[in-house]
This record gives sequence, C-alpha cells and structure tokens, in this order.
Amino acid sequence: MTEKKIYDIVIIGGGPGGLSAAKSAAENGAKSILVLERDREVGGILQQCVHNGFGLHHFKEELTGPGYAQKCYDLVKDRLEVEIMTDTMVLHIRESEGTKVVTAVNPKNGLMNVEGKTVILTMGCRERTRGAIRIPGYRPAGVYTAGAAQRMVNMEGYLPGHKIVILGSGDIGLIMARRMSLEGCKVEAVLEICPFSNGLTRNIVQCLNDYDIPLYLSHTITGIKGKDRVEGVTVSKVDDKMRPIAGTEFDIDCDTILLSVGLIPENELSRELGVAIHPRTNGPVVDQHRETSMDGVFAAGNVVHVHDLVDFVSDEAEIAGKFAAIKANGEAQPAKKDIAVNPGDGVNTCVPQHIRLADGADESVRLFMRARSPERKVTLHITDANGDVMKKPLPIVKPSEMIAVDIPAAKVKALAGDVTVSIEGGK
Amino acid sequence: MKKKADVVVIGGGITGTAVLAALARYDLECVLVEREPDISMGTTKANSAVLHAGFDAPTGSMKAKMNARGNEMYHELADEFGLDIKWTGSYVCASDDEGVKTLEELKARGEANGVKGLEIIAGDKVRDKEPNLSKDIKAALWAPTAGICWPFGMAIAFAENAIANGAEVVRECEATGIRVEDGKVTAVETTQGDIETRFVVDAAGVYADAVAAMAGDKSFTINPRKGEYILFDKTAKDSLVSSVVFPVPTKTSKGILVCATTHGNVFIGPNAQDDCGREDVSVTPAGMDEIIAGAKRLVPNIPMGASITEFAGLRAVSSTGDFILGESDAADGLLLAAGIQSPGLTSAPAIAEYLTDIIVKKTGAKERTNYVKGHKAAPVFREASDEEKAALIAKDARYGRVICRCETITEGEIVEAIHGLCGATTVDGVKRRTRAGMGRCQGGFCGPRVIEILSRELGKRVPEIRKDGVKSYMYYDKSYDGGDAK
Ligand SMILES: Cc1cc2nc3c(=O)[nH]c(=O)nc-3n(C[C@H](O)[C@H](O)[C@H](O)COP(=O)(O)OP(=O)(O)OC[C@H]3O[C@@H](n4cnc5c(N)ncnc54)[C@H](O)[C@@H]3O)c2cc1C
Ligand SMILES: Cc1cc2nc3c(=O)[nH]c(=O)nc-3n(C[C@H](O)[C@H](O)[C@H](O)COP(=O)(O)OP(=O)(O)OC[C@H]3O[C@@H](n4cnc5c(N)ncnc54)[C@H](O)[C@@H]3O)c2cc1C
Repeated sequence: MTEKKIYDIVIIGGGPGGLSAAKSAAENGAKSILVLERDREVGGILQQCVHNGFGLHHFKEELTGPGYAQKCYDLVKDRLEVEIMTDTMVLHIRESEGTKVVTAVNPKNGLMNVEGKTVILTMGCRERTRGAIRIPGYRPAGVYTAGAAQRMVNMEGYLPGHKIVILGSGDIGLIMARRMSLEGCKVEAVLEICPFSNGLTRNIVQCLNDYDIPLYLSHTITGIKGKDRVEGVTVSKVDDKMRPIAGTEFDIDCDTILLSVGLIPENELSRELGVAIHPRTNGPVVDQHRETSMDGVFAAGNVVHVHDLVDFVSDEAEIAGKFAAIKANGEAQPAKKDIAVNPGDGVNTCVPQHIRLADGADESVRLFMRARSPERKVTLHITDANGDVMKKPLPIVKPSEMIAVDIPAAKVKALAGDVTVSIEGGK
Repeated sequence: MKKKADVVVIGGGITGTAVLAALARYDLECVLVEREPDISMGTTKANSAVLHAGFDAPTGSMKAKMNARGNEMYHELADEFGLDIKWTGSYVCASDDEGVKTLEELKARGEANGVKGLEIIAGDKVRDKEPNLSKDIKAALWAPTAGICWPFGMAIAFAENAIANGAEVVRECEATGIRVEDGKVTAVETTQGDIETRFVVDAAGVYADAVAAMAGDKSFTINPRKGEYILFDKTAKDSLVSSVVFPVPTKTSKGILVCATTHGNVFIGPNAQDDCGREDVSVTPAGMDEIIAGAKRLVPNIPMGASITEFAGLRAVSSTGDFILGESDAADGLLLAAGIQSPGLTSAPAIAEYLTDIIVKKTGAKERTNYVKGHKAAPVFREASDEEKAALIAKDARYGRVICRCETITEGEIVEAIHGLCGATTVDGVKRRTRAGMGRCQGGFCGPRVIEILSRELGKRVPEIRKDGVKSYMYYDKSYDGGDAK
C-alpha cells in the first residue's frame, strides 16, 4: 500500500468553472489538484453550445462553446499538478479531521474515497422543468428542457420534433429557437411570462428577429394537448401578477415544447456537506475569495449563481482556484473583518455576500449583481455605515444581464460596517 | 404469443398482474394481454399508493372485505415478492367537533371491518409525530396497519413471478373481442391474433365495462373520476410529513391528503372530478389550486417551490359503487374484476385469491410442483452498503457509471431493468423500474442517456425509442425536408 494521498485541492465538476479553477490553482502554487467530472469528457455544458459568442471577455477572442472548453482544457492538460478523472460521479463530500473526504464512483476504479486539504465546488446548474413551474395539461412525449434538446440536436444528432413552441425567453431558449430554425424546423413562437425578455439583447436580435420568430411577452402555456405526443398548446395572456387572464386563450399547433424557464444551481452535495446556501441565489454564500461558510470549501461558477456569460465563470473560478491554493499551502491570513454585502433597492442578488479582510489586506473586490427589473439611466449606489462608497451610472440594466462592478482596493480598505448595493432612479 | 390458454387476463394493472401471479401457482396456461407498451400504465401508475387499513368502506361490502384481507396479505407478500412497502400507519385528522364525531364513526366501522389497532389520539400527540401539521387539528384516527407502497414495482414483481412460472405477458396487445359460444367463453380476440380459452378475467380498469360488454355483459358501467396530484422533491420532506395524513373523508373520496412515498418524496392530492373522459389524465389549474388549498388545511406551509411534477389518475367508479367481483351472469367463464377504484391497490392480492379460487374450483387445477416462489428485487446501488457497491462494480463495471444523478441510478441497474423477465422497453418503463428520471430534474439530464442505453440494449434506433405510450416517439432523424419551415 502506498501512503494515503491527500490532494491540495479536489475540484468537483470539470466544466469551464472547474477547469479554470484548476489552472489558476496550479499557477498559484498548488502541487496536486484532482478534477472529478461525471460526463465522458470535460467541458461541462459548453460541449453542447455549438454556437459562437464565447470568450470575448476572458480570452479576448470569439470562440464556440466547445472551442472555449477546449481552450480551458488545453491550459491544464499538460500540467503535472493537475489530474483529471472523467466518467466519475461524486456522491458525497464530508469533512473529517480537517480534510475533505470526497466519495466518488466510476466503472474503472469503482467506489473510492479521495481526500483533499481543500475542495472547490464547480458542479454547475440544472434546468428547471415542467413540474417545477406546474404547466397544466397532459404529459406526452415532446416536452423537453431546452438544454436536453440542445444536447440531442448538437451532440447526438437527432431532432426533438418539427413544429416547436418555446416557453421562456432565457438565453438557452433563444439559442435553441435559432438552432431549430437552422435545422429546418418551424419555431411557431417563444412565450415569456414576464413583460420583458430574460435573454441577452443580442440573442433576441440574432436568434428571433433574424428568423421572424414571434416573441409573446406576458404570455404562458395554460394547457398541453396530446396523450402520447404533443399535439398543441393553449396559450394565455397573463396579468401583472402573472396569472392567466380568462378569455385571452388561443391555441398553437405544435409537436414539441422546449422549456427555457430558468436554471437552478446544483447544490445537493453542498447542502449535504453543510455549506450555507443563500435563499435567493440558491448557491453557497461566499466571500470575495469564493470561500463558502466552511473553512477550505470554495465554490465558483454556476453552482454559486447562474451566470449568463461563461467568461465571468472563468474569472470567478480563477479567484477560487488561487485562494484554495493559498489555503492548501497554509499561507492564508486569518480574516479580521467580516463585512456583509446586502442587496438593496432594485437589486435581486449580489455575489459575494461577504467581504472578509485580513489585517493589511490590499485587494480590490468585484461584485456581481442582478437587477430586479429592466431600467434605463439608473445609478448603481454602494453604501456602508459611513454613507457613500461609490456611485456608477448605468445606461441600462436588465435582470438577464449580470452587472459587474469593481470596488478599488483603497475603498475596500476603508469600508466601515455592512455594505448595501442599490440601483437608484428606476421606476 | 400462445394461441391456446386456460385463462386470459385482460389488463396489466395491479389487479391483472396480481391475478396472474395467483393463477401461476397452479398448473394452468395463462396469458395476460395489455394494450400499452408496459404493464402498470393505467390507474396503477397514478394513485395515492396507500395500503389502506380498511375503515372507509361500508361493512359487508366487497371493498371492505377485500381491503382487510389485502392489507393482511401484503404484510406477508412483502418479503416473498421483495415489495417496496413501508408500514407507516395513517392519520385521519379532524379540526372541528363534527369531524371528531366522524372519527368515532370511522373507528367503529373499521373495527366492524376487522381492522386492528385503531385509536383516536389528541391533536398534540399527532403533532409530536408529524410536527408540520396544522395547530387547528383537534384529534386524529390513528391506523397502525396502513402503509405506503411502490405500485409499479408491485405490478412488475407479480408479473415477473408469473412469467417465471410459465405465464405469458403480451404487451401492445389490445383485446378487441370475446367469443362466446353456447353461453360459454371460447376465445379472446386481440390485435395480435386470437387466443382460445375457457376463462377470461376482465381487469381492464376504466375499460372494464367495455371488455365485459364484449362478452355480452352490460350489467354495469364505469364512470371515471379523476384525481390530480403534485409531487415534491425529497428536500421538502422535512417540512411536510413522513406518513399518511388524511382529512375527514367526504362522500365521494377520502379527501386531499399529504402523504409520504416509499422513496422519501411527498405528494399532495387527489381531488375528485367526475364526468371526465376515460383518457383524461390532464392536470388543470383549477385542480391544482384545489389540492393546494386542501393540503394547506393539513399542513399550512406547503413548500410550493419544491414541486417536481404533477399527474392525474382515474378512479374506475362502477355504477354499483362497490367492486364487482366474480362470475358474470352473462357468459360462463367470464370473471369480473371491475369497479376497482380505491382501495384497489390494497385489495389486489385478495381479489386475485378470490378469483383464482373460483377458477381452481371450476377446473380442478392442481398446484404446480415446480412453483418458483416470489421475486427477487434487482440490486439498488443507492441503497447498497459500500462493500455491496464495490462487489456490484466488480461483477459488472456498469454499476460504476451513474446515469441518473438525482436518484443515483447506475447503468447496471438500467440494463438489468431492460433485460428483466418483463423488461422495460420505454423511457418511462425504465423510470418505473429504477427511478431514473424520477428525481428533481425529471430526466432532463439522464433522459438522453437512458434513450441511448435503451437503443443499444434493444437493438433499436434512437427514433424508435418511446417515452411511454404506443405513439410517444421522442426524437427524429435529421433528414426532415424542412416542410413549411423557413
Ligand atoms: C444549457 C446551457 C446553455 C448555455 N448557453 C450559453 C451560451 O450560449 N453562452 C454563454 O456565454 N453561456 C451559456 N451558458 C452559461 C455558461 O455556459 C455556463 O455559465 C458555464 O458553462 C458554467 O460553467 P460551470 O463550470 O459553472 O458549470 P457547467 O458547465 O455546468 O459544468 C459543471 C460540471 O460539473 C459536473 N458535475 C456536476 N455534478 C457533479 C458530480 N456530482 N460529480 C462529478 N461531476 C459533476 C457536470 O457534469 C459539469 O460538467 C449556458 C448554460 C447552460 C446550462
Ligand atoms: C386518485 C386515485 C387514488 C388512489 N389511491 C389509492 C390508494 O391510496 N390505495 C389503494 O389501494 N388504491 C388507490 N387507488 C385505486 C387503485 O389505484 C386502483 O384501484 C388500481 O390501480 C386499479 O388497478 P387495475 O389493475 O384494476 O386497473 P388499471 O391499473 O387501470 O389497469 C387496467 C389495465 O387494462 C388495460 N386495458 C384496458 N382495456 C384493455 C383492452 N381492451 N385490452 C388490453 N388491455 C386493456 C389498461 O391499459 C390498463 O393498463 C386510487 C385510485 C385513484 C385514481
């Protein structure tokens, strides 16, 4: 028996989050990093996003999803510090005498327990389903989440159907509207229950307008027809409380319904481990280093909060990787100040939820926020116990587009009491 | 398919499969025909899955007798057939004086029906056991012999035991006629050809009247009554219940309950909606509002954000109001198991015993000498110990590949389910046998992979794989010519 190996870092999930964290951890001095990925290949959800538009921020070039994933992989594959195991499902993580014990299984090694001084959670998210939003009607074949359909079309080479209605105007739904049109299918409509779209503006233009696909705002599906296979949907307008308005129903013939109704961070492992989960983001509560409520447990990417751009996932994961490496090497300074960052008026979520500072810390902090509603010409206002910290005018904000703002190091150092972030000047 | 049999059972729900398993103990040639691609696709797949104690039905009714006997039999069959049953007990909760009076009546009726251990307990004591229940609940009738079960698994266990004993289960085979000559049943006509037989068991659920009419029996009708449900993720169970909680019953149903499942989920429902069609398993906004409101009277804080699916089932309500069991007056050899609404699941083994006795008496059939007892449940990776897990993977590496992440279901289990004696041929068939796709993501992640495995194991192309029903195809080839699309 060889001596029991304890990795510096065990990374759960080999999407862009996990791979970027591994790269940054290696660059920052971690000697042994293990990435565990349940799929046959690394790359996460990007493997099925064959369109382009990735990487402009992070790699300063335009890539497809698989191209972006490849790039993340290329940056770690030859590093001796990084070991990657695919086809490996992590079942449990627990804390044991200061180390983290990760239980995983694969066909080759069977059931195994691996130990890490630290872990980074990068499990991504899953799609919200029909059941979660309670669409009435029959339960036939032909109802898919947009991501599942995307995988079938782009990776397996099959079509989910031919006459499509898409519920939800999230980015995956919009991208799939275009994909299905390019595959020769007819996309009859995209229905959105909110009075505004939940996708990026560029996706509305490039995926709907360019293909003459109608977008119905403030509309939802109130019935699904067909016993074995979808035969059509009943659609209703909704009021400002999102309740269907009687008398506004109309039918659309279709054989397929794609759902793009939101993503849920995949935190079953985190919950079981005992990490505190934030009720609004549905992800771990983290500080600016992406350390969670548990010592040595870090998290980044969609598992923390749903990102619209993978570039920000990589940015965030690099932070987590760096500070996990510092922690594993025993070089982390104890935090002396713990400042809560709270969403104020107009702000739905804000990550990180804490800024923890060691004595003499000299670091800028990037905050990621989501607005509650679409607004024009507003001001992002950050305050602390002493009043103004900073203000930033924003020409336009939308719930679908994450807002990033940097608090410079000097201002971070001067923070007094808890911080509140608000969007002012909206309706 | 056999061309000649002693008994043909029409319908592969819990009733038909339990009858088949009971008949299989005897030296009889038996065939079960089911029109759907799988057994357990009718009412047996959408119900409350409660093994009732037996205090609801009027004393002396067939329902009361079969319920009491069925419940007793399941206590023994559970081990023999490896059935997934938990004896949780049940509560009927009353919030006012009138309700408390009803509890007394139910208790008296239950005792007359032979139910043991019934007890009326105070509201506070109920809340000690089920802390999320409403403060308004004054008292409850506690029935320790009630339980919860996994209905599909039971139907499959019964069917596979029967097959192991030489019976045949033919799926996608609809009975279209029953031939009667000189007042005696001689054959069943099906979409896959005729089967000569002396006995037919009508276990066709909401279609039992249509099947009986094929042999000239028009003495009853079935009027489906729909019940809708909402199912919750396992994470919600701590804010709901861990047993079976009923309100005080109404005239038409046992009311909207809050109830645990054998796998740690919780559901709320059903409502009771008359005059629906025989195929109407749609869920409605009004129905969901009704069951949410009903459930809130028992558990005020229902975590609606944790709902994972909704579904509906049809009660086969007969024109007599009771189960219709035994020999038909219209044709010799036709045996009825009609009007099998609740407590049909609970009663199934008793109904099977009752009908089998009749056939055995009439034929003089002998018990099989080479009878294969029971049914061995397939290994469940998730529930295995670490040593057992390692052993499973060592035997078959596919037990090391997790396909359904929410329920931790491995490729090995899925392959096993496909190659069982009554194996899965559809995505929902795999789900009913293994739970793959039953968790919080509802197959969003594992659906495509289950299709791939089905396709490989069955030697079929992906576009030939179905979700559940006969025409429920899921994916198409890309060769579509575009049609009227842009
Ligand atoms: C369907 C979909 C389409 C998208 N389209 C776009 C787009 O067009 N443009 C854009 O910029 N962004 C898009 N995004 C967002 C962006 O791709 C994601 O933000 C990014 O991929 C998230 O990276 P991640 O590493 O956090 O998560 P993921 O990419 O989801 O990776 C998580 C990885 O963890 C693995 N994992 C999870 N649990 C376990 C476990 N227990 N054991 C082992 N491994 C595990 C998963 O298999 C997965 O590979 C999309 C997201 C989704 C869900
Ligand atoms: C809302 C609701 C809640 C319930 N709760 C409970 C409960 O908690 N406890 C309990 O004990 N019971 C309960 N029940 C009752 C129980 O579910 C049923 O009594 C039981 O499932 C009926 O089984 P079955 O085999 O008779 O009918 P089914 O399961 O409906 O099976 C009949 C089968 O016959 C097939 N068939 C029909 N016609 C033909 C044909 N011509 N040829 C071939 N095949 C045919 C159908 O496809 C179907 O598969 C509930 C029922 C409902 C609706």
